[in-house]
Amino acid sequence: MTPVTTVRAVATSARRADLPGADGADDEERRRRAYRRRRTLMTTLTGWGFVGPAVLVILGLSVFPAIWAFFLSRQKWNGFSRAKDVGWSNYSRLAEDPDLAAAVVHTLVFTALFVPSSILLGILLAVALNQRIRFVAFYRTCIFVPFVASAAATGILGNFVFSPQFGLVNNLLRLLHVPQQGFLEDPHQAMVVIAVMSLWQQLGFTVVVYLAALQDIPRDLVEAAVTDGANSRQVFRHVTLPQLAPVTVFTSIWQTITAIQLFDLVFTTTRGGPLDATQTVVGYLYKQAFRSLNFGYGSAVAYGLFAVTMLITLGMVVYSRITKFEAF
Amino acid sequence: MAVLSTGGAPSPVPVPGAGARRTVRSRPRRRILPFSGWHLVLAPTALLFVLPLVQMVVASLMPDGDINRFPPRFLPSRISFDGYSGLFTGSPVLRWLLNTVIVAGVSVLSHLVLCSLAGYGFARLKFPGRTASFFVILATIMIPTQLLMIPTYVMFTRIGVINTLAAAILPWLTSAFGIFLMRQFFLSLPKDLEEAARLDGCTQLGVLLRIVLPLAKPALATLAIFTLLGSWNDLIWPLIAIQDEKTYTIQLGLANFQGTRRVQWSLLMAGNMVATMPLIIFFVAAQKQFVATMTFSGLKG
Repeated sequence: MTPVTTVRAVATSARRADLPGADGADDEERRRRAYRRRRTLMTTLTGWGFVGPAVLVILGLSVFPAIWAFFLSRQKWNGFSRAKDVGWSNYSRLAEDPDLAAAVVHTLVFTALFVPSSILLGILLAVALNQRIRFVAFYRTCIFVPFVASAAATGILGNFVFSPQFGLVNNLLRLLHVPQQGFLEDPHQAMVVIAVMSLWQQLGFTVVVYLAALQDIPRDLVEAAVTDGANSRQVFRHVTLPQLAPVTVFTSIWQTITAIQLFDLVFTTTRGGPLDATQTVVGYLYKQAFRSLNFGYGSAVAYGLFAVTMLITLGMVVYSRITKFEAF
Repeated sequence: MAVLSTGGAPSPVPVPGAGARRTVRSRPRRRILPFSGWHLVLAPTALLFVLPLVQMVVASLMPDGDINRFPPRFLPSRISFDGYSGLFTGSPVLRWLLNTVIVAGVSVLSHLVLCSLAGYGFARLKFPGRTASFFVILATIMIPTQLLMIPTYVMFTRIGVINTLAAAILPWLTSAFGIFLMRQFFLSLPKDLEEAARLDGCTQLGVLLRIVLPLAKPALATLAIFTLLGSWNDLIWPLIAIQDEKTYTIQLGLANFQGTRRVQWSLLMAGNMVATMPLIIFFVAAQKQFVATMTFSGLKG
């Protein structure tokens, strides 16, 4: 029904437009301009109808708070009383705060433990899982499964497995006649244990990324090297590893950003203890902002974190450009 | 696959079903083991990854007496559901689970709708302000969520959504990453079909719904899984935005639980099971898609 009516309406209007008249050309011009204006309006409306909702959400929940955070970072404010403008003093306090410095050191220790091992083990396991051997699909599933577990669940499970009295690990050590360890209750071991838990949960990610990269390596390259008499170790060293370099730039950036934002796992295991030995930067930010209600200083810490994230990313991208890894 | 040749000198074995793929190794290699040496790496590693999960399942079914004794037992003396009954009677865990399902469900749905619409708009439509708004969205990808927590908390307090499920959902409505991902995918599709549909009188929305989205299933699945994992497992934001026990998500419930019931392991492990099993079952069922997602977010992110 409708299409027929539309066709008829179009035909009528076309016939009308064809009518010769005194001011026919003028009319025609005006109509065309109006049509063009309507079309521009339509494309604008359609375009913004598509992107508008998402853009509004991003503006309201990312751009606006990010800018506001900057103004907050120049204030002293607890959320209730009147905010006081303090200029850059929150930022100069960043440099002098011994607790923040300690948190930075703990975060760096975690990063140094977590990032290189997640990349090295990721490559090793990806190479292993890329072999055409029996049960390989089963091994893959086993190694990937923990990736869906939350940091909270990982932390609670880790508390149990590493519990000094009841845990599986100390139980195994006892069987091997190794002295019992304090693990999360020992300030010297706690961060290492948290890194181990983190690796358990997140290694699947780097393994999958490297596995995909290995499968993208052109078979001809490997075959050419073998024809030239390279043994499997030489193939790995001189053919496979260089091919993995671009991905490694990406995994390094990604894992580093993940590492310096560590919070959930610490919150569900040690809550920063023992003796503040596992207090991280984000943990300190949370404590300053939402326990001590220092919204201004908390925002300054957050901006510091943002700056470091940017620097690390840019630095690694530039480094990869210079060394011609061409990851981006 | 049966490349597992026992002993002797294996001649180059053509891998069955691998088509053009040829075995690279041309020289015979002596084998000490009757199986590939890689098993020695993989079997212990796989065990290491699965054992804690096995222990979670086992401990959730153990009487606490079995766990809190010296030396502890790995296997229960009897199956006990005390952990689960304590969990379900002593805490509103089902409510927490329902809250999480709502938060994750709305997040995934909203991500799919808003990111497809915006991604398509940025990939295919021309309109004033397109480049500027896309640039703004790209610029927000680098912002860490920790920077947004304080102002968002203040803002949500003022508009009165703090301490409601809406507070947990709002930050997950859409994401710059998701918009970017969908846009890149749409750009990779050929235009011809869409143009033909437009000429046949299909509306722009109709083109997206009937022509483009059916082709975009892999990208949509990636986006859905990515959002599901993130919103289901998030802890720090619910921790800040929600104080009322009835509005907890399961992760927040668990985290707070553990502060109060430190050594009731069977109960804590039962809680872990409730929080983790839905995703594990989902993972095992849709493993291929999950792996594709992890790779995709890895290489294109």
